[in-house]
Amino acid sequence: MTEHSTDTPTDTPTDTATPHREGERITGAQALIRALEMEGVDTMFGYPGGCILPAYDPLLESSIRHVLVRHEQGAGHMAEGYAHVTGRPGVAMVTSGPAATNLVTPLMDAYMDSIPMVAITGQVPTAAIGSDAFQECDTVGITRSCTKHNELVMTSQGLPMAIRQAFHIATTGRPGPTLVDVPKDVLVNEMEWYWPTDEEVLASLPGYRPNMKGHPRMIKEAAKLILQAERPVIYAGGGILKARGAEALAELVELTGIHVVTTLMARGAFPDDHELNLGMPGMHGNATAVTAMQRADLLIALGSRFDDRITGKVDAFAQQAKVIHVDIDPAEQGKVRKPDVPIVGDARLVIEEIIAEIRTLLADGGTQADTGPWKSKVSGWQEQFPMTYEQSQPGAALKPQYCIEQLRDLAPERTIVASGVGQHQMFASQYWHFNEPYTWVNSGGLGTMGFSIPAAIGAKAAMPDRTVWAIDGDGCFQMTAQELVTATLEHLPIKVALLNNSYLGMVRQWQEMFYDERYSSVFLDSAALPDFVMMAESMGCAAIRVESPEEVAPAIEKANSINDRPVVVEFRTEAAEGVFPMVPAGHSNDDVILHPTQQDRKENLK
Amino acid sequence: MSRVRDYGSNTYPQGDFNHHILSVLVQNRPGVLARVAGLFARRGYNIFSLAVAPAEDEGRSRITIVVDLDSAPLEQITKQLFKLIDVIKISELDPTHSVERELMITTVRAAGATRGEVQTLTQIFEGKILAVSEDNLTLSLEGHPDKLDDFEELLDPYGIVELQRTGRVALPKLDRGARLRAAN
Repeated sequence: MTEHSTDTPTDTPTDTATPHREGERITGAQALIRALEMEGVDTMFGYPGGCILPAYDPLLESSIRHVLVRHEQGAGHMAEGYAHVTGRPGVAMVTSGPAATNLVTPLMDAYMDSIPMVAITGQVPTAAIGSDAFQECDTVGITRSCTKHNELVMTSQGLPMAIRQAFHIATTGRPGPTLVDVPKDVLVNEMEWYWPTDEEVLASLPGYRPNMKGHPRMIKEAAKLILQAERPVIYAGGGILKARGAEALAELVELTGIHVVTTLMARGAFPDDHELNLGMPGMHGNATAVTAMQRADLLIALGSRFDDRITGKVDAFAQQAKVIHVDIDPAEQGKVRKPDVPIVGDARLVIEEIIAEIRTLLADGGTQADTGPWKSKVSGWQEQFPMTYEQSQPGAALKPQYCIEQLRDLAPERTIVASGVGQHQMFASQYWHFNEPYTWVNSGGLGTMGFSIPAAIGAKAAMPDRTVWAIDGDGCFQMTAQELVTATLEHLPIKVALLNNSYLGMVRQWQEMFYDERYSSVFLDSAALPDFVMMAESMGCAAIRVESPEEVAPAIEKANSINDRPVVVEFRTEAAEGVFPMVPAGHSNDDVILHPTQQDRKENLK
Repeated sequence: MSRVRDYGSNTYPQGDFNHHILSVLVQNRPGVLARVAGLFARRGYNIFSLAVAPAEDEGRSRITIVVDLDSAPLEQITKQLFKLIDVIKISELDPTHSVERELMITTVRAAGATRGEVQTLTQIFEGKILAVSEDNLTLSLEGHPDKLDDFEELLDPYGIVELQRTGRVALPKLDRGARLRAAN
């Protein structure tokens, strides 16, 4: 969890920060900013206001880059985007009251997707707490259920410890967001500087000791089951990425030759180009990935949590499969599906231990069961049920899948993709080829519309040398587009692929399929309003509108060549296009609805 | 009304509900009770009773929670609880291997002829009379929660005006066998 990405962000953390004198008298605000520097923060995202004002003054002398956003929600999602691509905690700092409540959505988003993030909120002075003061709200109360932990700091002297605890909790065990609420007088008052040692931090958190190493007996049991299985599937989740475990996973796959499915949160954890990668499972997963899990005799769940979007109807999910469940969060064991072999631990460490155990068993003369018949069955499904769509008729609107394929094929090496939520998100996950970890940034658990633009900006701030594409829909775009001003002014030139079908596409698809095509409040009319090109240009972006297939590649190439400002490419896409395959909510994965051109062969998915 | 229980020993029936007792040691910090209660509310678990007070170590409190098991598997409740940073230790107390106590105070109608009956009942249960008025008696009873249930049931026909119970507190029963073995 503490390992950093191999990528080097521009500003290296100030790990060589000048040692500060113990007992030096400084203000709480100075101590706060100094503590953030000591934690290695190089970039933070925020928005000042009344109660947090004192903290913005020492920022002027700080090594920390502060990205001034246009809405506090943007600051939160930027911090998430930063954390997604670096593995280091993203930091957002905002004021009290409405600013804190605007941060609730990103906090919940980070909580659901286990993103390390530290939020600093201003609070009214301690004497005014509880008096319904101007811009007062019960921030710790409001955010209690959407943070891993939060704390209201009542004394200036308590600030360094609170910040250390917040970073420790956010980044260890199952990562997540933490929040430190700081009253104005705590920032203004003086304190005697000190920096708690690791031991002091641990001693202050006697109830918090995440289990990292798996239980040896369970590891042995898992290795045995893996070698015995005739139809095994590795069900890789976001925990692989959080644990920096992609290499370990690849080693396990090479050793055992077992197929892998990568969930929406794990895209990139195993290369899509690898022949054993079946792609994304779940509600909009491809037919082979969904069916392989259904028919497996062993599911090796690594950092995945049996989300309802994966299992479909739980009772009908992978009924013949034994389950090995590796998760660092004990509460995930048995929450949805009772595992045969529960292993609580860090995904990377546990995979490495399982690999060692399998090697031992093989060296002692053990053999792996014959998976040959299963593999030919799986490749039969792959041949018959590839991801597919029909190209648009001449003169008709663009197919979103086509746009994404073109974006993918023309993307510079190591491009990072951030997406919003809806059809465009599913198309992006289905059609992009993720071959490297930490190149996919999305809102999986909470499904936060408007995530992509700020998240992409956060990713770009962390990785300025990489191309960052935000794939967005016209609904999402209108929720957070104002952050493009931030992108322009802060020189964070992201690229936005706006798939404009004038509809809330996913909701439209559900109304089409499950509500007899009775379309209710889903038509956004975004072909008419707003003028996205004009809107993007007004925010300092280059903007291109694309309406026909032959314009797609040139527009993308042009966008890829512009690096001095953000670019928005608006693709006018087909409204009637649906995302397939699809498992209707609450149904068994056996009921998967294939693309209309494949549905007549569905019998072969047995 | 016809149930007979032996309150003198610790082996009387556990009661007819599907409840479990969790003894939760927490850091005594602002908001810790809100965290625990909020978790139960958010995950849809029912709290049957709850008692909180400082524990033996400074800076720690013990929360005794009786949970309604029909609402969720106990294992999931304890795991979710343990994710709270301020929670240090959780013990599930098996009713057959723990000692439980609860306190009840109640005001009961006891005018005229019934006064003597209420008094007798209180004596049988080894309760106390805390206050007296023309029409009412305020009684207190400390003991096993089941004993309090029975007392409450027997008082009911007289007319309970007000009633307050503390919620149960519990600790594991001492294992004399183990101590003897250790001593030998």
